[in-house]
Amino acid sequence: MLSRRFFLQGATMAGCSMAAHPLMSSVTLADTPGENRLAVIILRGAMDGLDLIQPYGDPQLALYRPKFDIGPNAGAADLDGFFALHPAMAELLPLWHAGELGFAHAVSTPYRGQRSHFDGQDILEAGTGLDVPDPMRQDGWLNRLLQTMPGTHAETAFSIGTADLPVLTGAAPSTAWTPDTWLNMSDQGRRLLDQIYHDDPLFRDAAQEALSLTQGERPAAYAAQKGKTAASESLAAFAAQKMRGSTRIAAFSLSGWDTHVNQRLAMAGPVAQLAAMIRVMKSELGPVWARTSVLALTEFGRTAAQNGSGGTDHGTGGVAVMAGGALRGGRVIGDWPGLDEAALLDRRDLMPTQDVRAIAGWALRGLFGTERAAIEQVIFPGLDLGDDPRILL
Amino acid sequence: MEFAEVSLIRFGFGPGPWPGADGPDDLLADLAQPDRTGQRWPGATQQQALDFVRDFRALRKDFRANPEAGKLPFRALRTQIKDLRDDALRITLARGVDDRFGFRERLWAFWRDHFTTRALKLQDFPMAMAHAEALRPHIAGRFTDLLQAAILHPMMLQYLDQSSSIGPGSVMAQRKPDRRYGLNENLGRELIELHTLGAGASYTQTDVRQLTELLTGLRATDAGVTFAPKFAEPGAETVLGIRYGGDVAHKSDIDAALQALARHPDTAQHLARKLVVHFIGPQPNPTLVDTMAQAYLDADTGLIPMYEVLLTHPSAQTPSFQKLRPPLDWVITALRTLGVAGTDIASTPLKQINHGVLQPLRRMGQPWREPVGPDGWAEDAAYWLAPQALAERINWALKVPAALGGMRPDPRDVLPHALGSRPAPLLRQAVPRAESLAEGLALILVSPEVMRR
Repeated sequence: MLSRRFFLQGATMAGCSMAAHPLMSSVTLADTPGENRLAVIILRGAMDGLDLIQPYGDPQLALYRPKFDIGPNAGAADLDGFFALHPAMAELLPLWHAGELGFAHAVSTPYRGQRSHFDGQDILEAGTGLDVPDPMRQDGWLNRLLQTMPGTHAETAFSIGTADLPVLTGAAPSTAWTPDTWLNMSDQGRRLLDQIYHDDPLFRDAAQEALSLTQGERPAAYAAQKGKTAASESLAAFAAQKMRGSTRIAAFSLSGWDTHVNQRLAMAGPVAQLAAMIRVMKSELGPVWARTSVLALTEFGRTAAQNGSGGTDHGTGGVAVMAGGALRGGRVIGDWPGLDEAALLDRRDLMPTQDVRAIAGWALRGLFGTERAAIEQVIFPGLDLGDDPRILL
Repeated sequence: MEFAEVSLIRFGFGPGPWPGADGPDDLLADLAQPDRTGQRWPGATQQQALDFVRDFRALRKDFRANPEAGKLPFRALRTQIKDLRDDALRITLARGVDDRFGFRERLWAFWRDHFTTRALKLQDFPMAMAHAEALRPHIAGRFTDLLQAAILHPMMLQYLDQSSSIGPGSVMAQRKPDRRYGLNENLGRELIELHTLGAGASYTQTDVRQLTELLTGLRATDAGVTFAPKFAEPGAETVLGIRYGGDVAHKSDIDAALQALARHPDTAQHLARKLVVHFIGPQPNPTLVDTMAQAYLDADTGLIPMYEVLLTHPSAQTPSFQKLRPPLDWVITALRTLGVAGTDIASTPLKQINHGVLQPLRRMGQPWREPVGPDGWAEDAAYWLAPQALAERINWALKVPAALGGMRPDPRDVLPHALGSRPAPLLRQAVPRAESLAEGLALILVSPEVMRR
């Protein structure tokens, strides 16, 4: 909950900006959401962490996955002599070496057992544990973060793209938009739209955002080509454009990870899209990249062994992707459980050794100075943050 | 508000050229009649789809062997498949505007969504369309039959990877160990989680695994669905406490498991709840759900008795409309509101259907027959009202209705028809003030009164 003390400080500090007062302490800056930025990408469909960040140093992996391309000999980019990066993300190696790209391995949400995409995504986006009953999972953890941040407004947080993003849903206002949309109404038509929606809050709020985002001249498109990668690029460019301004939190999703069949082909597309998103964010954010963290999270990992169709089935432990100039990257963090059959969860899935919410929680702590208690009780209720993995610079 | 008016809005596609049903009995009697709308605008059959797949493979092979000579015939077939996809949309629109009460078409959409499949390759589109058609005869029958028709269909087996789920102890796996054949849980899981009991119901991972083993041998082939014992896992399986089969695998065990899943009390609850959420609102009345579930179980999975409880319940008759028409249903409602007839739509060239409806649906957030996952489209009203999706609806309402069917009625004539007995003072005031006929019509079509149901 936002305390009254914060409100009072907010009122007295209104009008001050960080640029004008470089020596202000973090406490007195409480009237603004600060200068740091967070982009959250929800990877829908359960990304195979063992294929994105391949533990090729463990000989078991090749035994479990004879139909897969594994390790540097098969085209993956070596990261540290044990892990290798999926070839479709190799374009980001310079970021890895610059410490602007990192990964957390063997992580998962607290969700266990039924391995349902829908329940898994619900829990990932709600940020709750299993002990929280379903009706309590009405809002997303990014929204609860917003509720703890002072001085936010509707454009502090943006969800971008046509897909729904429960992670940002909740009481705190945010804005949703897709980069290439425009509204072809006359000024009189716009006024009348405003009128007919006046008494219906659902329509009124959506229409006001649509009208305000389509004022003035229509901007030029970001990517000239078509296709899924171009769409990802334009999404990321739009996010970056907003984050260069007053937006501090951007969220979008990327689907296509449910690789039950012929994963060698099926995985390359979404990995390339994710890489393109990170590349475009860096180039479009310019100097703001230094104050930015990107977190890409998925609902769960996939089985250690390939299935009968050259793919993988729903699993548990997986990978979180981290990028940004604010990151202390160039590392694969986490407590590696090994791939021996006895070390797997239910003898099938990579054993999760850390709650992925702790990774996100420490990122929030570093970026926004969020209190530990707020993270453990409000944003991710029931989470034990544990030791600081020092994710950020 | 009279039942006739409420039911057209809530259980149909809004007011059309005919009056609504006088009461629930009329709606149910209509469902019990032969499917005249479907007969008038017939859709693709499974045989047609199988022929397309066979021709596609043959022409692709010719093309690869001899690109010069094979190019044109292969391209022509690809165009035919795209046309079939666009034609299926055209048929869906024609049925929606022509069906007297709209309830049958709404139910068809509901069950299509419940048994979502998606063509991931162009050559699969005809089969995806045939799958939707295969559900139609059963949407007012028994769920046991509907489930069989939906699951034991080449499109469902392909969409949920069943053809590549092979018993690790099967004859095939033993014969060719180097192929590393194995199970694929996709169909087994969704069958329990989405199609019958529902996520969070009383089942475990072991049930999913056992059902997956039981389903092995079920395959989609050039002839349709077959059961090939040599792919089936030997031995008995226990699903939700019931033991199926023995040493020799039989398709009848799969049929028996589907029947048991359909008759499970959790399935009754899941389906009842889903229908109430779809037709009435996000917080279903628990007594209504229980009564519907009981009616379903008492009628041995009969759907009409369940619909009857829904239609006669007071919450079905309240004039507060909590649901939002998703883009496709809204497009049908918009066309109906403007007085466009099925024959107008049927005579619209496919290219215009593609540009005027198929592509806009994608921008509105509901690409034609391409939901993201097997759980289908969202029910939540707010989901469909993201600002950019609303902007796309406004853009469509501005230009497309005039292009489809060539009609440009006067907004002042359309308004009373669209609103009926509803006061809607803001809309009644705004429409005559619009600067152009197109903007006046658009205001009606994008109004909460037309978009909600």
